[in-house]
Amino acid sequence: MTEIKETAPRRGVPIWAQIIVWTLLVALLVLVAIGLNRAQQGQVQKGDKINQLTLTLFSGYEYNGANQVKLSDLSGKVVVVNFWASWCKPCEQEAADLEKAWELYKGDGKVVFIGVDYVDTEPEARAYLKKFGISFSNGPDLGTKISQMFRIKGVPETYFIDQKGVLQYVQIGPFTSVADIQSIIDPLLK
Amino acid sequence: MELKLSNKNLRITVFALLAVALAFFIASQIYRPALAQNPTPTDDEVNRIAHQLYCPVCENTPLDVCPTEACRQWRDLIRQQLSQGWTEDQIKQYFISQYGVRVVGEPPATGLNWLVYVLPPLVILAGAFVLFRAFRAWTKSSKASAAAESEIEAPKDEYVARLEEELKKRK
Amino acid sequence: MLAEIGYGILVVAFFVALYSVGAAIYGERKKSPAIVESARRAMLLLWPLITLSAACLIYLLVTNHFEVSFVYEVTSRSMPTYLKITAWWGGQAGSLVFWSWLMSAFASLVTLRKWDRDREFLPWVIVVTSITTAFFVGLAVFYENPFAFMWFDKAGQVVKAMIQPIGTTPVPLPADGNGLNPLLRHPGMIIHPPMLYLGFVSFVIPYAFAMAALITGRTDDRWIRITRRWTLVAWLFLSAGLVLGSRWAYDVLGWGGFWGWDPVEIAALMPWLTGTAFLHSVMIQEKRGMLKHWNMILIILTYALVIFGTFLTRSGVLSSVHAFAQSAIGPAFFAFIGVTFITSIALVIYRWPELRGETEMKSMLSREALFLLNNLLFMSVLVVCFWGVIFPLISELVTGQKITVGPPFYLRATGPLFAGLMLLMGIAPLSAWGHSTFKTLGRALWKSAVVALVITVVLFFTYTQNAIALTGFFLIAFVLLVTLVEFWRATLARMKTQNENFFVALWTLVGRNRRRYGGYVIHVSMMLMAIGILGINVFQVDTQQSLSHGQSIKLGDYTLTFNDLKQFPNMVNGQEERYVNRAEISLSENGKFLTVLYPRYDVYPDGQPMTIPGLYSTLKGDVYVILVNWESSSANLAPFKVFINPLINWLWIGSILFIFGILIAAWPEREAELVTARTRRVHQTSAAD
Repeated sequence: MTEIKETAPRRGVPIWAQIIVWTLLVALLVLVAIGLNRAQQGQVQKGDKINQLTLTLFSGYEYNGANQVKLSDLSGKVVVVNFWASWCKPCEQEAADLEKAWELYKGDGKVVFIGVDYVDTEPEARAYLKKFGISFSNGPDLGTKISQMFRIKGVPETYFIDQKGVLQYVQIGPFTSVADIQSIIDPLLK
Repeated sequence: MELKLSNKNLRITVFALLAVALAFFIASQIYRPALAQNPTPTDDEVNRIAHQLYCPVCENTPLDVCPTEACRQWRDLIRQQLSQGWTEDQIKQYFISQYGVRVVGEPPATGLNWLVYVLPPLVILAGAFVLFRAFRAWTKSSKASAAAESEIEAPKDEYVARLEEELKKRK
Repeated sequence: MLAEIGYGILVVAFFVALYSVGAAIYGERKKSPAIVESARRAMLLLWPLITLSAACLIYLLVTNHFEVSFVYEVTSRSMPTYLKITAWWGGQAGSLVFWSWLMSAFASLVTLRKWDRDREFLPWVIVVTSITTAFFVGLAVFYENPFAFMWFDKAGQVVKAMIQPIGTTPVPLPADGNGLNPLLRHPGMIIHPPMLYLGFVSFVIPYAFAMAALITGRTDDRWIRITRRWTLVAWLFLSAGLVLGSRWAYDVLGWGGFWGWDPVEIAALMPWLTGTAFLHSVMIQEKRGMLKHWNMILIILTYALVIFGTFLTRSGVLSSVHAFAQSAIGPAFFAFIGVTFITSIALVIYRWPELRGETEMKSMLSREALFLLNNLLFMSVLVVCFWGVIFPLISELVTGQKITVGPPFYLRATGPLFAGLMLLMGIAPLSAWGHSTFKTLGRALWKSAVVALVITVVLFFTYTQNAIALTGFFLIAFVLLVTLVEFWRATLARMKTQNENFFVALWTLVGRNRRRYGGYVIHVSMMLMAIGILGINVFQVDTQQSLSHGQSIKLGDYTLTFNDLKQFPNMVNGQEERYVNRAEISLSENGKFLTVLYPRYDVYPDGQPMTIPGLYSTLKGDVYVILVNWESSSANLAPFKVFINPLINWLWIGSILFIFGILIAAWPEREAELVTARTRRVHQTSAAD
């Protein structure tokens, strides 16, 4: 086959194009690696510091009269963060126990129970709280920010944070008795 | 019949194509097909809004077809809000503030989310531009030299090449 | 016993595959055909090995060996035997073996051909296909073992392994398995994964040859000619997989549509986009020696998207209704992706100068230029899809905010691009190689364009004023006219010159130009599919109501009356396979009774519901009614959702014609015809062009 005259010199890929291509590839790989890491991550673990948490509370479930509670206000106390939802059947198993445990600890003021309502509707949430006679502070997880921070994988999950703001225990699934709850809180109070 | 690829023709082509594209684009923005065109039993009014929202728990499932208990409650919530006279926008805003921005099918164009809308057109235009430049370079160089001779030679070359192919295959 | 054997064979297969890779590279470096032949034999050994292993697995599945964790996860006593066999690909671990089985089969097929002229490709083709097989077998061997047993560790969690890990106790033999996800028990769902896997796996072959071409420097169109049929077949399977998935979604997911722009759906669509562009673009390289860079990039992208899409679906990076459960294979996949992407890009950059085109593009309206535009449009759709899938990941990583990129984004962004592609479908067949001008092209086109415009105006006055629909119908009519006129004119020419009657002329015409006319049939079928897609997207109406006995829903011209609701368990092998809620609905149109429909939903023991619509299908459209399973129903008051999906059946009709078209295009030609046909065609094309 006869050669057709070349009208431009043979050249490789220009440097600027190579830089763009490789940069994009590296960016994609890094992105995927981080995403993969995130997907493999479980919930926050014992020993992690919980920095900030702001929960807007349902009216009627205020904390010391304020309709918002921040984790920073609670330093020096043991904080029990319980994620629940009205549409969650296993949550009902532990609701009564949680309230009983709260009754035991609320007098001293050294332990605070906070309920975080995960993607729920207010009427149903209130009905749930009323049904189990819950009295500790409760509020909706607006924008699912708090549950994302804890990286919860479902409800119910309960997180126990010590006086210095460090996570000490993670409970996945419902508690089976008040004694279970006590056995986690009491060591933290010592 | 030969026609030199002059600047004028090129410009006309490009403008014509852009005009057509612009017409398409405008038409598509004006005409958003209605989802339910019927007189309104309450279920349909709820679904009309629920269809535009996504279940916060199950991924990528529109709210009007999501079978979970939670979604049922959300649809009841929408029903309630509608009966209280909330507008569609108010309901959507409520859902966004309660459950985060993932409940709507497209992120609002704020902050980083601008990139979703801006990047694809930019990349496509950039690609088209690069190709256009390369094409221009080709036609400029080819105009001078091989145009006449390669035209005559090419078909014969093809024929010869094909014959060679067939002969090789028959071996 | 059988599980250990099956696993052992898999391990052997893994090392055989690695040997095959090593021997091929070594034999090529040392210029030793004997060693390369040894590598080839090793590669041929893979399929029998994996078949044996798969046979063990299937036996275990069919005989309820619930001590094996995979069998426990995907089968149950109440499943019929054929479903237990299909459960092979019903879960992560088994589907990896299935992938490997298909990959090794195709790799063997490729190496069984005559290699006399292309000996230098062979080692590299072996390397690429064997590495891919080794990867998937390796995933099964090291990460997701379908033969693993279940053990309890000290914390009471289940651990899966072949050999008992230290400190664990065996899990007692379960009485029954979990059973296959009910959604996977539908006939459409049974063949949808195999079809997709076939498509994915067969695209590895052209990629392997492309890599061989890059490595050996033989960057002419030889590698394309060799893999021409493979590409067609791969494209056939991938397209069939996508269509089957859509039909399945329509039939059992009960939301009245067939494509939800779910990330996993898009992950399967993306290789199809580049695959289609590749299919077209290689024609230019064969005919004119141009677009070589594009073809390399497109086939590399197709392979990359196949692997990347498989990764996204299985690694848990994206959550979706489709996605497999989380597993440990993510990091391994990531490593494989990194290696293959980097190697492919490096090779293309290295060989870039050698991929220079042999001729220049002369006119922006020439066939080459239009195909280039075709590539650009397909790549643009790809960019939109890829960005829509990746961006939520970026957003979550950077701002912590989870967002949804859903159908509105995709429809708005890809709509105009698909419209552009349809326009090209009408213009490109009439374009000429080399020089082309407005005048020549316009002269060929204007009649079809005018008739299409007339049809559109008629539709405007009789059917709809919706601008998007009218634009779509114009383009569809335009393409149909152009393509059918092509058939008509060529047949007429044959009739005159060969004195054949119409049908003989048509038959011979198609027979001697299978690629071209098969391609035209495919274009026609795609336009039929476009009619269906347009109909359901633009004109769908729906309503939802709760009815008591005897009440009716009116939608459009149709009336649906609720007669009865039966609720009962469905028994298989003496066990309740599912609980059925079935409603009886009478359908009439404008007062005239049409038929009785039975929408139902089934609830499976694990709580999963499956919603089957009552369907009344005509060319005009579907009446689609479901018994809503997300609100409560009883014999007295049942919630129904009714859809009218106009024109939807053109989508399925088009897809059947599509298969037909690919068969025409891919059907092998008899040797004797070859030379005479080709020489005659050369005369024809050089005259017409």
